Amino acid sequence: MSEFITARTLIEASYFLAAILFIYGLKRMSSPVTARGGIVWAGAGMVVATVVTFLYPGMTNYVLMMVAIATGGGLAWISGKRVAMTDMPQMIALYNGMGGGAAAAIAAVELFRGADHGLTFTILAVLGGFIGAVSFSGSFIAFTKLQGFKSTTIRFKGQNLVNLALLLAIGVVGVILVTQHGGNNVITLFFVLALLLGISMTVQIGGADMPVVISLYNALTGLAVAFEGFVLQNAAMIIAGTVVGAAGSLLTQLMAKAMNRSLANVLFSSFGDTAVEGSEVSGSMKPIDAADVGVMMAFANKVLIVPGYGMAVAQAQHKVWELSKLLIDRGVDVKFAIHPVAGRMPGHMNVLLAEAGVPYDVIYDQDEINAEFATADVALVIGANDVVNPVARTDPSSPIYGMPILNADYAKNVVVIKRGQGAGFSGIENALFFLDQTRMLYGDGQEMASELIQAVKAL
Amino acid sequence: MIDGFIALYIFMLAGFVGHEIIGRVPAILHTPLMSGSNFIHGIVLVGAMVALGRADSTLELTIGFIGVFLGAGNAVGGYVVTERMLEMFKSSKEKKS
Repeated sequence: MSEFITARTLIEASYFLAAILFIYGLKRMSSPVTARGGIVWAGAGMVVATVVTFLYPGMTNYVLMMVAIATGGGLAWISGKRVAMTDMPQMIALYNGMGGGAAAAIAAVELFRGADHGLTFTILAVLGGFIGAVSFSGSFIAFTKLQGFKSTTIRFKGQNLVNLALLLAIGVVGVILVTQHGGNNVITLFFVLALLLGISMTVQIGGADMPVVISLYNALTGLAVAFEGFVLQNAAMIIAGTVVGAAGSLLTQLMAKAMNRSLANVLFSSFGDTAVEGSEVSGSMKPIDAADVGVMMAFANKVLIVPGYGMAVAQAQHKVWELSKLLIDRGVDVKFAIHPVAGRMPGHMNVLLAEAGVPYDVIYDQDEINAEFATADVALVIGANDVVNPVARTDPSSPIYGMPILNADYAKNVVVIKRGQGAGFSGIENALFFLDQTRMLYGDGQEMASELIQAVKAL
Repeated sequence: MIDGFIALYIFMLAGFVGHEIIGRVPAILHTPLMSGSNFIHGIVLVGAMVALGRADSTLELTIGFIGVFLGAGNAVGGYVVTERMLEMFKSSKEKKS
């Protein structure tokens, strides 16, 4: 008996420590100076909590447990180490979905086991299982969309009604589950319906909105984990899950705001359908060659670089930074202007630039830099499109109308490096490309950046 | 036993903590922070271990196994990608030294 109590105390004390480490780690992660240490602290908390769980009283199946941890952890380790920085958002979606799935699995095991947790906890188990399952299948769809396995978005009339019907059905089955402890078939039906809802909710959302959706599922997984924590009476899960749920909800709102979209809009409207009908843009695109751009930039006072996802795909960020350093050495004031949703999610571009060695003090947020475009001699747009499209300011009929943009069109000269003449991620024609002061430098981002370096060096 | 109002209090306080931590975060850290919070809910691994540890029938064992597998993937994967991202944040001063 006393042995039992010691193990219990040790476990609770360790979970308490883990909770402190998680919160402290997350706090440190919220500033660029201390962020690096933050994840290590949180990681230490995770190790403590995991190791001590092996001491949990009344547990068996240790071999199975070790095998599952080794395979799941091992695969995640390898994939996490290998993934390119550009593919980070979908990896986060994938790992997040796994967490949601784990929460759903806990609920399923507890329900199948028929353990009597009392009414409140049964409701929490069912709710957590539902949220976890939706997050699991939804995140997986988000992953496949961003990975490009499934670029087409499925939409049909009355889709929201179908989702609503699914939700109602889940509600009914859930109530049966809670009140009558339904049999295995009812439990299975419940989870199948929840998984279906996750899929059907996510397939209709366009690729551009995926970051918000991933962030939302992240918050939902946190909530599911917290609910299952209550069921298992596990304080570490309750606290970590709730903190993530709250932090994730706020983060989701911040992201939606940065894209000028409400969450309801993201989830229930069909973005992109109207894009094709967007207003006509008059004028023509005027090409330029790298040598001329090199001269233009080398003798400028101020150059603002607007990087987009296209730059990252072309792996051009190293070359762009090399070019920037050359210009800085010549006394040019070079700054990077980052739109809140540059890349695939807020902050993604900063990560990509950081990877190339760009120090974060030459990187500016939209709010900090937007006033400076008017005094810039050159705005160099690389692989960015919708975030510099002035129709967001001027054309109320455009689907991106109202989205805050970088004012690249206010610069004296605009140079756009672009692979071809196609429209952006949202499929909207970009009025910036047709302005009088805009010149198009057609070609692969990396090659063009190399040519620009040569052009500047040759001066 | 974490029950009734105690449970509600924990839920409420932890909720405010999460909200407070993210409140004043610069946009450049949104992605790493999302990834970091993604890692933290990897604590679900602990719960999945407990669920598997108590499982009996083949069905429970299978689901429990999947749960631990997924939970471990969440925790390890979340850590690895967050660490890789944060590793790259340096200011120009640090670079020169």
